[in-house]
Amino acid sequence: MTLSFFKSREGILGAAILALLLAISLRFPAFVAPSNLASVFNDTAPLIILTLGQMAVILTRCIDLSVAANLALTGMIVAMLNTMMPELPIPVILLIAITLGALMGLVNGLLVWKLNIPPIVVTLGTMTIYRGIIFLISDGAWINAHEMSSSFKAFPRDIVLGLPVLSWIAIIAVIGFVVLIGRTSLGRAFFAVGGNPHAAVYTGINVGRTQCAAFVLSGALAGLTGYLWVARYAVAYVDIAGGFELEVVAACVIGGISIAGGIGSVAGALMGALFLGIVKNALPVINISPFWQLAISGSAIIIAVAFNATSNRAKGRVILKEAEHAT
Amino acid sequence: MSNAEANSQATGRRIPDRLRTPLQRFLASWELLLLVVAIGVFVVNSFASPYFLDPWNLSDATFNFTEKALIAFAMALLIISGEIDLSVASIIALASTAMGFAVQMGVDTSLLVLIGLGVGLACGAFNGFLVTGFGLPSIVVTIGTMSLFRGVSYIVLGDKAYTGYPADFAYFGQGYVWWVISFEFLLFAVMALLFAILLHKTNFGRAVYVIGNNPVGALFSGIRVKRVKFALFLLTGLMSGVAAVCLTSRLGATRPSIAFGWELEVVTMVVLGGINILGGSGTIPGVVIAAFVMGMVTFGFGLLNVPGIVMSIFIGLLLIAVIALPRIARHILARRKA
Repeated sequence: MTLSFFKSREGILGAAILALLLAISLRFPAFVAPSNLASVFNDTAPLIILTLGQMAVILTRCIDLSVAANLALTGMIVAMLNTMMPELPIPVILLIAITLGALMGLVNGLLVWKLNIPPIVVTLGTMTIYRGIIFLISDGAWINAHEMSSSFKAFPRDIVLGLPVLSWIAIIAVIGFVVLIGRTSLGRAFFAVGGNPHAAVYTGINVGRTQCAAFVLSGALAGLTGYLWVARYAVAYVDIAGGFELEVVAACVIGGISIAGGIGSVAGALMGALFLGIVKNALPVINISPFWQLAISGSAIIIAVAFNATSNRAKGRVILKEAEHAT
Repeated sequence: MSNAEANSQATGRRIPDRLRTPLQRFLASWELLLLVVAIGVFVVNSFASPYFLDPWNLSDATFNFTEKALIAFAMALLIISGEIDLSVASIIALASTAMGFAVQMGVDTSLLVLIGLGVGLACGAFNGFLVTGFGLPSIVVTIGTMSLFRGVSYIVLGDKAYTGYPADFAYFGQGYVWWVISFEFLLFAVMALLFAILLHKTNFGRAVYVIGNNPVGALFSGIRVKRVKFALFLLTGLMSGVAAVCLTSRLGATRPSIAFGWELEVVTMVVLGGINILGGSGTIPGVVIAAFVMGMVTFGFGLLNVPGIVMSIFIGLLLIAVIALPRIARHILARRKA
């Protein structure tokens, strides 16, 4: 039953995206030109990458509100490294960004795993701590385009086979997730832990460790996006990607990933992110102030979660009660 | 390990137990520990700055926590019942925007207050309806309404601000009832008393605890769980409206970013006050003392010229530490017994 519901749900979402594109193209045909769609995709790439990581976390009945702060802190650190050591090669920077992000994810994961603290509380706390640290290390100053080396800024924009590297990284992340979720034991464990933690324990899965792994994954992707974000916009400051965690959660919820854990798909997450990305890019085209965006993603979360509710009504407290189930 | 045991050890306080005398219970309580911390902070502050003990200075310090504490009282009940509301700061933004809009229409002060409270109540009703009517998880619903409510403020205001509030409106945030006792502090004290009575002395309060400990059992014992939860969301919305009136009156202006990040501070205050984040236990006196502790600590930081964002690191650490430390202590104790 879940399977059929879940399939139709992705169908509905796909249809909604097409309908949205069609509606925009009736008034503004240029919007659906391949080159513009490619740029919309490139614009949505950071959201897609983060949504995939968040998906893994939500599948295990947790939530990660610290992704945007993680992104901003990693971005600031690599930008500062770049100003101090401009000759640092890009692969090293990528490695540092991913490691830093993964470490911050590990902090969340260990607090959830070892101390059984509800994830919402942990990540609400680390969210402000990571943001605060950016202020401490940067003294509130901005790192601007002219302070960054040109190779540092160029990497996400480099065109390979017709698409920028940023888009390719998102595509690789999606493919990687399809493999991880569908073809590895860790991917199965995410579903098992979220679907039924007690049963997962009996099948020999360590619930806490799986949740921790999801947080590390989400953190690593946030770290990677941190570098890409800072390099693409060529600026780093305390408030970059402020409130982006809400957009990421919105993309997951719209994509049909059940906040109660255990239900979701990579295709859903991808489409959830694309839906928000298209709306965001269409707003200026159809002449609506960007100030509408916050309210739109808020409404999208509420509508999507109400829509999801038909699958199971009894899971209202799952995230808060999660710590009791993990043994 | 049963839930009750796990919960009591998790927060470091025990669920009321008839075998202990009230005095023993008090001596082993989280509230006493907090009280000691509060006194400690007070003493440290008075040594750190010679002006700290000045009555007017102390009065100013109370503004650091009164508005947040007003919301924290209602949030405490909501968290005890096993739900949470992360949209409180956004309700303030929306209520404040509505009041600012009304001022442009030339509305007088009494109606202005009614509008603020009404918007708060309506937002609370919206949250409550989504959670109880559709059976949705409150965390996601209120994350959604958190961006929706503030989003509406941004749509209305954009990068502008509302000012020009009537002169007598300033009383709610800037007025003094008697000598150094501000209107806000009096409101805080009265609300603390009312909420303590509501939670600890009425059937409604009992029902809140029962729901938090066992919602199914509560239903079977004849408690209308959904109605109680709806009422709690209403109450939280209303108190956010009250806080919006006080804050708007104190600042004298409305921007869409007003009270940004307050949901974190309110939840931290509640958790610091010994309310179990998983629901089912905690007291209002605990929240009152926690409000003083947080207010005094941030005020002390202010005297030392610590920037706001660094204080937010402290609040984030506090939130995690308050929950983590009793659990670490439990791990160590359990290992020693084994």
